[in-house]
Amino acid sequence: MKSGSRLEKVLIAGEFAVTSELGPPQNADPEVIKKKAQYCLGKVDGVNITDNQTAIVRTSSIAAASIAISCGIEPIVQMVCRDRNRIAMQSDILGAAALGVKNLLCLSGDHQSFGNHPQAKGVYDLDSMQLIAMVKKMRDDKRFLCDDPIKEHEPRLFIGAVANPFADPFEFRVLRLGKKIEAGADFIQTQCIFDIDKFSKWMEMVVKEGLHKKTYILAGLMPVRSHKALVYMKNNVAGMSIPDEIIKRMEAAEDPKEKGIEICIEMIEQVKNIEGVAGIHLMPIGWESITPVLLERAGLLPRPEV
Amino acid sequence: MIVADRKPFEEILDSIKDYKKIMLMGCGGCVTICFSGGSKAVELLASQIKMAKKKQGKEIEIIECTPERQCEYEFIDACKEQIESTDAILSIACGVGVQTMNERFPDSITLPGQNTKFMGYPVKHALWEERCAGCGDCVLEWTGGLCPIARCAKKLFNGPCGGSSEGICEVDKDTDCVWQLIYDRLKRLNKLDNLLAIRQPRDWRTSTNAGQRKVKFEEAML
Repeated sequence: MKSGSRLEKVLIAGEFAVTSELGPPQNADPEVIKKKAQYCLGKVDGVNITDNQTAIVRTSSIAAASIAISCGIEPIVQMVCRDRNRIAMQSDILGAAALGVKNLLCLSGDHQSFGNHPQAKGVYDLDSMQLIAMVKKMRDDKRFLCDDPIKEHEPRLFIGAVANPFADPFEFRVLRLGKKIEAGADFIQTQCIFDIDKFSKWMEMVVKEGLHKKTYILAGLMPVRSHKALVYMKNNVAGMSIPDEIIKRMEAAEDPKEKGIEICIEMIEQVKNIEGVAGIHLMPIGWESITPVLLERAGLLPRPEV
Repeated sequence: MIVADRKPFEEILDSIKDYKKIMLMGCGGCVTICFSGGSKAVELLASQIKMAKKKQGKEIEIIECTPERQCEYEFIDACKEQIESTDAILSIACGVGVQTMNERFPDSITLPGQNTKFMGYPVKHALWEERCAGCGDCVLEWTGGLCPIARCAKKLFNGPCGGSSEGICEVDKDTDCVWQLIYDRLKRLNKLDNLLAIRQPRDWRTSTNAGQRKVKFEEAML
């Protein structure tokens, strides 16, 4: 066992894993975090705590994770390369582990130009690949990036990374996933999937390379409440593939929320049947309350005991 | 070449508002090639300033001068006497020229008329694009000759982020994703292996992170 996290245990046990997401607030109110935590409590195997997502300032992911732990949640702390150099990152990795964090998801991060401080200097001292390798080095080699030893109490973290099957160049995406696994990614969460065909094609390539046996791949899914959200993402978010058919179904729905849940459940069923998919990662952005409803209806509750 | 872009005219006017006689100094090097600071640009800007001053009901005398290069004493020393007769110098060279002037003529103030942008080249007529960030540790050998430090918004070393779509960078729809270009080029050269190794964290000390940088050419030192 690398970290002893619940997520790791569930995946090792061969259970279909479920993770979800909690976005910290744009203020210092711990109650917001506690309230959102309640939607996930006992319903999922890990909760991503986003790190200033879309480059908008929010409560620190590690602080929010600590609050989530106090509520009984197992957090997956997200760490992006945009805001910290290698010194601050290693310091925060130690700090997170000391606070009881057992999962860390490494990302390059949304570019600062998309957030509320587009004037900021982006750091990107390391890229996501280098961050993954650094966390692995701290855990497995018990060394800092500079090779100095961590004499005891090295951070025992289950290392996550992301993959976007819908970005270009498409053929390189599988090779890049292979690199992330080689760097040390124990699990992968994908970009939101709406285009099941393209995702299946990508997974075929992943399976062909045998990568699904070297890491656990969680398919990213996003329940949406309106067709407008889909149209917005289609037009404004690079590296998203949203088939018109889904937009039409949402638009035609009498009860779009119900339709959104229905579509998401369909997708859960579909990805479950794709070889190499070890679980799902739900991203109900701004609609956290739907998580337990969705999982209940998808037959993913109760979560297995591990 | 170094590419520079003229400061907004109002900002230039404001910077010289207290002076009655200035020298407007161009440069015959890079900024001549990128149209913003050669002798023609000097001539145009001088008349523009005079007209604006006239409209304000004010007089200004402008001496025009465009040395071969503003970044070497040898070329700017020829202007010494004229410089001493002015209240200030307005330079439309790059930032190196402005600083060379200030260091060489410490009793006169040389003001910047340009925003120095980057090192690049004209990809087509009248369009210059950044190509080199002067990071001090060239990676072009394994990237197929395309620089991810100058051209990737995140300065990534291990391939494109998830924001690469149809060859375009998510940060700016008018900018190619350099990692797509790197991928395409290496594929063409049959060198995709270059991208498979995990590139280690780099030493940024060679870049702008360790203070002022120097280059010594030992053999030629006196």
